[in-house]
Amino acid sequence: MTAAVLSLGLLALVIAAGLAWAGRRFKPDDDPIVEQIDQLLPQTQCAQCGYPGCRPYAQAIASGEAEINQCPPGGQSTVDALAGLLNVDPIPLDTDRGEPGSPSVAIIDEDRCIGCTLCIQACPVDAILGASRYMHTVISDECTGCELCIAPCPVDCISLVERPVRWTWPRPIQQAMTDR
Amino acid sequence: MSELLPGDQLHSFPGGLKLRHHKQVSCQQPMARSSLPDHLYLPLVQHQGPPGKLLVSPGESVLKGQPLTTAEDDSQVPIHAPTSGTILAVDQLHPVSWPPGSRAACVVLAPDGDDRQASFEPLADTRPDAVVDHLNRLGLAGLGGAVFPTAAKLRGDWPGLHTVIINGAECEPWISCDEMLMRERTEAIISGGVILARTVGASQVVIALEDRMGTVEAKFARCLREQPPALPVKLRQVTTIYPEGGERQLIQVLTGREVPHQGLPQDLGVVCHNVATAAAVHDAVIEGKPLIERVVTVTGPGIAQPRNFIAALGTPIAHLVAQAGGYTGPITRLVLGGPMSGLALASDEIPVAKGTICILALTEDVLSRRQSEMPCINCGECVRVCPASLLPQQIFRHLAADNLAAAERLNLSACIECGCCAQVCPSHIPLVEHYRHGKHQLIVRQLDQRRAALARRRHEAREQRLVRERAERQARRAERKKRLSEPEQARDEIQAALERARRKQKP
Repeated sequence: MTAAVLSLGLLALVIAAGLAWAGRRFKPDDDPIVEQIDQLLPQTQCAQCGYPGCRPYAQAIASGEAEINQCPPGGQSTVDALAGLLNVDPIPLDTDRGEPGSPSVAIIDEDRCIGCTLCIQACPVDAILGASRYMHTVISDECTGCELCIAPCPVDCISLVERPVRWTWPRPIQQAMTDR
Repeated sequence: MSELLPGDQLHSFPGGLKLRHHKQVSCQQPMARSSLPDHLYLPLVQHQGPPGKLLVSPGESVLKGQPLTTAEDDSQVPIHAPTSGTILAVDQLHPVSWPPGSRAACVVLAPDGDDRQASFEPLADTRPDAVVDHLNRLGLAGLGGAVFPTAAKLRGDWPGLHTVIINGAECEPWISCDEMLMRERTEAIISGGVILARTVGASQVVIALEDRMGTVEAKFARCLREQPPALPVKLRQVTTIYPEGGERQLIQVLTGREVPHQGLPQDLGVVCHNVATAAAVHDAVIEGKPLIERVVTVTGPGIAQPRNFIAALGTPIAHLVAQAGGYTGPITRLVLGGPMSGLALASDEIPVAKGTICILALTEDVLSRRQSEMPCINCGECVRVCPASLLPQQIFRHLAADNLAAAERLNLSACIECGCCAQVCPSHIPLVEHYRHGKHQLIVRQLDQRRAALARRRHEAREQRLVRERAERQARRAERKKRLSEPEQARDEIQAALERARRKQKP
C-alpha cells in the first residue's frame, strides 16, 4: 500500500516537474488568439475603438471586454472577419464611434505650420517629420489616416485627403444565375 | 538530357487552341510609314511602372529623339520626342488605353514638319551595365505588348543564363506587326538578339517563328547564311497554337520545362524578348536611336484597307485608321491587341504607345454571335484548354462567391489571361474578366496587408521608444536627486550654476 502510494506520488511529481519545465520552455510568445485578432485589424492605431491602439483592442476582444464592432476604419468587413475567427454571430458596426470612410492620408499646409511638434507627439506611427520651430511634413506612405494629429494642431493646418485608389478591374456584371 | 540546350528539341505546352488566324488580311499590303498628325499625344506612362520626371515645359521646342522625361531607376522608362516640334501642353486628362476608359497625363507635341534630329550617339562601351543603362536611357520596354522595362529584365547577374529567346511566335489572330517587322528588318533582329545575348552573358540565341511564316523563315535563313553572326543563332519553327507566343508557353515548348509559378525564366537559364524589342535594341545600341516609333497593325472587318504602319508614338489611332481607308461602317468595338486577349478601347483619340501592337475594329456581325451568359455546367472544356494547367471553373466559382483566398490557393495569379477558357465556354461566361477582377483584388489586398504590417511595426517601435525615453528621464532625475542630496556636491553645483548665470548677464 505505502509502496504504491509512494511510487504513484513520485510518478506524479516527476510528470508535474516535466510538464512545468515544458510549459516554461515551450511557452508561446504571445497569446495566439490576440495575435490572430490583431492580424485582422487595419492597424490604423486611431483609438476610435476606445483603446490606445489596435493591439490593446485585440487584447480587449480576446478577454471578452470589448465588442467586435468597435473598429470604424475596418468597417463591416472587419466585423465579419472577426465574427468568423471567433465563431460568433456578426453584429452591425457601431457607427457611434465613427463612420467607415475611404482610406485617407494627412497633409500639412506648410505655409501655416509653426513647428510646434504637437502633431509629431500625437502621431501613433511616427509618420510626421520635423523639429521644434521647423516646418513639419507627413511621410504619406506611412500615414494611416488616423486623424489623431488634427485635434492637437493649434493653427489647424492639417487636413485629411483621400488616398488615391488603385484602379481595379470591375466585377463583370453577372446575369441572374440559377446555379443548381 | 541536361546536355540539350533550348531549341535542340521541340516540346509542347498543355491546352491551347487552334484558331483561324486572319493574318493575311493585313499582310497583303507592304508596311507603310504613317504620316505625322497635327498633334502627337505622348502618355508619360507607356510601360509597366511609375512615370519618369518631366523634363520639358509648354512652349519649349524639342528635337527628334530628345528625352521628354528622365528615369531614376529601372522601373521608370523615359519617353522621347518622335519628331521635332513645339511642346504645346501637358494634358493631364487625355484618353489612354490603360486603365480602360481612363484619362492620364500626355505631353502634347505639335510637329514642325522639319524632323530636325538630335544627335544620336551609338554606344561604344560594351560592358553589360553600360548597355543596360543605355537601353533604359533610350526608353526601351518590351514591345510584345506587356511593355515591361527592358533594363529591369536584363539587369542583374544571371550565372546560369545560357540562351536568349527571341519571340517571333505572334500567335494571336489578326495581328501581323511582328511578321511584317521580321520580313523587313531581319538583320536588325538578329543583331539585336546577339547584343542581348552578350549583355546577359548567354552563349546562344534562339529565334522562334511560327510554322506558318514561310517567307520569314527563308529570309532569316538567308541572312544567317550570308552574314554569320558572332554567336550561334538558331532558328526554330513552332506549331501555331494559341497562346504559343506567351513567354512561359514558348519557353516550355523550347525547353520542355515549365517556368516556376513564382519564378522567372532566368531560373531555367533563359530570357525571352520580343522580335520588335530586339530590333529596337539594335537601333539603340548601333544607331543610338531612342524608341520613338513602332509597327502597328490596323485591321479587322471594320477597316477598309487593313495594313501595317510604322507609326510615331503619340499618333492618334483615328489618324492611322484614316490612312487605312477609314472604317467600313459603324464599328461596334475597337480593340487594342487581338480578339483573344485584347482590351476594348473607349475612343479612337487614344494615341499609339509603346505597347500598341494592333488596332482591331470589329463590326456588328462579328459580335452578334455572342450569346447571353448561362450557368456553368461543369463540362471541363476550360480545364482542357488552359495553357497554365489551372482549374478555370473552380477558380470562377470561388471568385463568384468572393472567396479570394480559395481562388489564390488554386493559383489564380498564374493565369496569363489568354482567353482560351472563355472562348470555349459553352455557357459564354466571361471567365477572363472574373480572373482580372480577382487578380486586381488580390493585389489590393496584398498592398493593404503590407501597409498594415508597416503601421504595426512603426507603432511598436514608437511604443518601445516612449518606454525607453521615460526610463532614461527617470534615471537622469534620480541621479540629479542623488547628487543634490550630498551637501558638499550640492554647494558646488549651486556655485557653478550661479557662476554661469553671472557670466551670461555680464555683456
